[in-house]
Amino acid sequence: MQKVVLLALSASLAACATAQAKPEGASPSTKAWTAPKGVDERAPFASTYEPYPGLPTALVGATVYDGAGGRIDNGTVLFRDGEVVAVGDGSLSTEGYRRIEAAGKFVTPGIIDIHSHLGNYPSPAVDAHSDGNEATSPATPEVWTEHSVWPQDPGFSRALANGGVTSLQILPGSANLMGGRSATLKNVPSRTVQGMKFPGAPYGFKMACGENPKRVYGNRNRMPATRMGNFALNRQTWLDARAYDGKKRDLAKETLKGVLEGQILVHNHCYRADEMAFVIDMAKEMGYRVSTFHHAVESYKIGDLLRENGICSAVWAEWYGGKMEQYDSIPENAALIHNAGACTVIHSDDEMGIQRLNQEAAKAQGAGRRMGIDIPDAEVISWITLNPAKAMGIDAMTGSLAPGKMADVVLWNGDPLSVYSRPEKVWIDGALMYDMHDPTLRPVSDFELGHPGEGDVK
Amino acid sequence: MKCAILLAAASLVLCAQPALAQDFTITNATVAAGDGSEPVAGATVVVRNGRIASVGREIDPVRSGEIIDGTGMWVTPGIFASITTLGIVDVEAVSDSDDRGAGGSPFSAALDVSPVINPASQGIAVARTGGVTRASVMPIASASIFGGQGAIVDLGADFNAVTRPRAFQVVEMGERGGRLAGGSRTSAHALLRNALREAARYGDDARLTGNTRTGPTRTGDDVPLDPRMTGRAERDSDVLLSRFDAAALVPVVNGQQKLYVKVERAIDILSAIALREDFPKLDMVLVGATEGWMVAERIAAAGVPVITVALRDLPVSFEQMAATQSNVGRMVDAGVTVAIGGYDSRGDLPHGLPQQAGNMVAISRVPGATGLTWGEAFATITSVPARIAGLADTGVLEGGARGDLVLWDGDPLELDSAPVKVWIDGVEQPLGNHRTRLRDRYRDLDESDLPKGYDR
Repeated sequence: MQKVVLLALSASLAACATAQAKPEGASPSTKAWTAPKGVDERAPFASTYEPYPGLPTALVGATVYDGAGGRIDNGTVLFRDGEVVAVGDGSLSTEGYRRIEAAGKFVTPGIIDIHSHLGNYPSPAVDAHSDGNEATSPATPEVWTEHSVWPQDPGFSRALANGGVTSLQILPGSANLMGGRSATLKNVPSRTVQGMKFPGAPYGFKMACGENPKRVYGNRNRMPATRMGNFALNRQTWLDARAYDGKKRDLAKETLKGVLEGQILVHNHCYRADEMAFVIDMAKEMGYRVSTFHHAVESYKIGDLLRENGICSAVWAEWYGGKMEQYDSIPENAALIHNAGACTVIHSDDEMGIQRLNQEAAKAQGAGRRMGIDIPDAEVISWITLNPAKAMGIDAMTGSLAPGKMADVVLWNGDPLSVYSRPEKVWIDGALMYDMHDPTLRPVSDFELGHPGEGDVK
Repeated sequence: MKCAILLAAASLVLCAQPALAQDFTITNATVAAGDGSEPVAGATVVVRNGRIASVGREIDPVRSGEIIDGTGMWVTPGIFASITTLGIVDVEAVSDSDDRGAGGSPFSAALDVSPVINPASQGIAVARTGGVTRASVMPIASASIFGGQGAIVDLGADFNAVTRPRAFQVVEMGERGGRLAGGSRTSAHALLRNALREAARYGDDARLTGNTRTGPTRTGDDVPLDPRMTGRAERDSDVLLSRFDAAALVPVVNGQQKLYVKVERAIDILSAIALREDFPKLDMVLVGATEGWMVAERIAAAGVPVITVALRDLPVSFEQMAATQSNVGRMVDAGVTVAIGGYDSRGDLPHGLPQQAGNMVAISRVPGATGLTWGEAFATITSVPARIAGLADTGVLEGGARGDLVLWDGDPLELDSAPVKVWIDGVEQPLGNHRTRLRDRYRDLDESDLPKGYDR
């Protein structure tokens, strides 16, 4: 309860990035700008993740949702050497593959959470672990949340085993208008954060609208104390960043420049429709694009605007009641956004919710159906697979079961949109990282060793 | 009768007087009785005078009252949501609207939620739309380890929400209790024991003055226990409670009012149960009990029921190190009476309890995990919490039970199912609220004639 309150009040503002990494003709600079490298000519804190070994595997006879809206009954999924080889019907040859008979079961791409605080608000949720908000200044573009992520957070393993989550974006909290860079991770246990970093994933940049920044700083009698203060401070910060010439390294301006050049994707925590509309205009004024509005409980009021601007909405199924700016949250939000032709993503922002993104998607689907918006199961699965991959700029690598993509795959013991189903096996880059039937394939974080319940089913 | 007409028109206005219960019969539905049994297809439920008249497959249709064809639908008792804040908060982060806790109050145990529960709140309307018909409303301890007195309510669209006022007292005895008590669980235990003995004495002397009396003491080892630690309040200066708070604890120490003890850690559970050695009449309910599975047999032996969140599986604090989703199933297997209630995750709401219960069925198929059968799972959110709340005739479909029913468009534990009709005490309820009105307004974004502000 305490943790929920903490996140609700100080960390729940997130922003979404657009599906496209590159801005469309809005760049203020005429020449390409490249983020500075270290003296070793490498990007700092580079990913060291390497896929673990896996067997060539054929999943045979399952209902396959490919993540891109496609459905194959009695399908076959082949993967080897970390990549998807083929997805088809029963006629695909499985010669050379270990066959897993999966009749009556379901296959989806690995689930992706676009909004998580695993690692930067880990369990146990003690003050010493509260590393998600650099709430000492309303604009801290210079911080990178990867430096706050604790890879021993037990929450990663729960997201894997119960939620089938294979990739996730860790965002700074929402105390600040500009909270810093996000970290996109593979959900693999690792001694270091670099060992989890998703190779080739662009950085995200967390921004926040509304109540949180103005409350946090207004309470200290400093700007911003109002929504108009939020925007003034944002705009001035962008103007200063546009004038940055790069001659003297400045971590904050390097990040902002990366956004202006389209290399870093904006994830903007924003609940209210009117504020999202202002953010869209501010982005046009300053020359950047918003990838995704996070939380976005009022996106259903501006589905047209979001479609026209190519902005995703990352939403809960129906949570409400926590804050004033959440008052108009409705369960039909996701379905209405989808119905308007805009991009829908289901997110968690929660260490429990990340274990049930499939269930939240099903709830949102049901609410839509009851108002006459019938969205096929295969499209609903894209809300937690390909759509978040697009919004995070990793859709060329994962998010759907297409030949050549990473073999991030979940075998479910039943329909993933049913409350009665759970992941049976989860592969990340073709390596079997969780198996419901094999207790040795259930990761246990350092923190849990020697404590009661170590290695329990959880 | 006017009220019934208003309700039929889905008015959002509350009735000053409860509407009259209508007699009706639902035929050919799948009926889940809520008593732990498995659902029965093709069954009939007859409701008369606000009570269940009969349930079964061999019921003759009743001539009087409305006949509702339940083909393809499910009928169940209404959901009983335990440990809610329904009607005592509008928006959690808007403090003016928040009556859950009173950190600045001079009172603690004396606080009573029953007169302030707002039946017109959106929380109640939304939960009702989701099939919740009754609930326990629990204040949050803020000024002391005592939260005050919670109530049992119905969610009917009228101004008579409170079914049982002062149904239970709330005390925090875990991590949070330690902080509220001044920094340590030791202080929480001292405060609780002191308060209970002051309350025990209160019946004899309203001024709470003590009289020295030594008596036999019982200790677990060779260290003597001063009788004043277990006996009567000794001195005027002992008195830490206001007279109002002490009076409020009299029914607790006498066992006339249940004591909801919030504890998570296994040893805290055992220490709570052990309070009965000194205060034998305490009628306790454990709330939380994340590590209950570790001491399940001792909870069962003590006959103390548990209300717990079903899906906690992370060591979010040092008192929840052994958290697992198998907690409920393992306790039930050990013979503990367990209700699923409370919510502590994003997206959890009182009407999300069926999702928690459904997950208990799901994990019964996970090797190594302990879940529940469908019937057991459904009972944890209907008859079991009603029984814990002291309503033996509620949360179950059987002859004579309260007419709290829900007609669902599918399996009530499934994610995409929802209520079609809801009755409380036999009165059909309106299923509209702020959220459904927004849904209807924004079904499309057409403003070609007038702005959305005119669209109702």
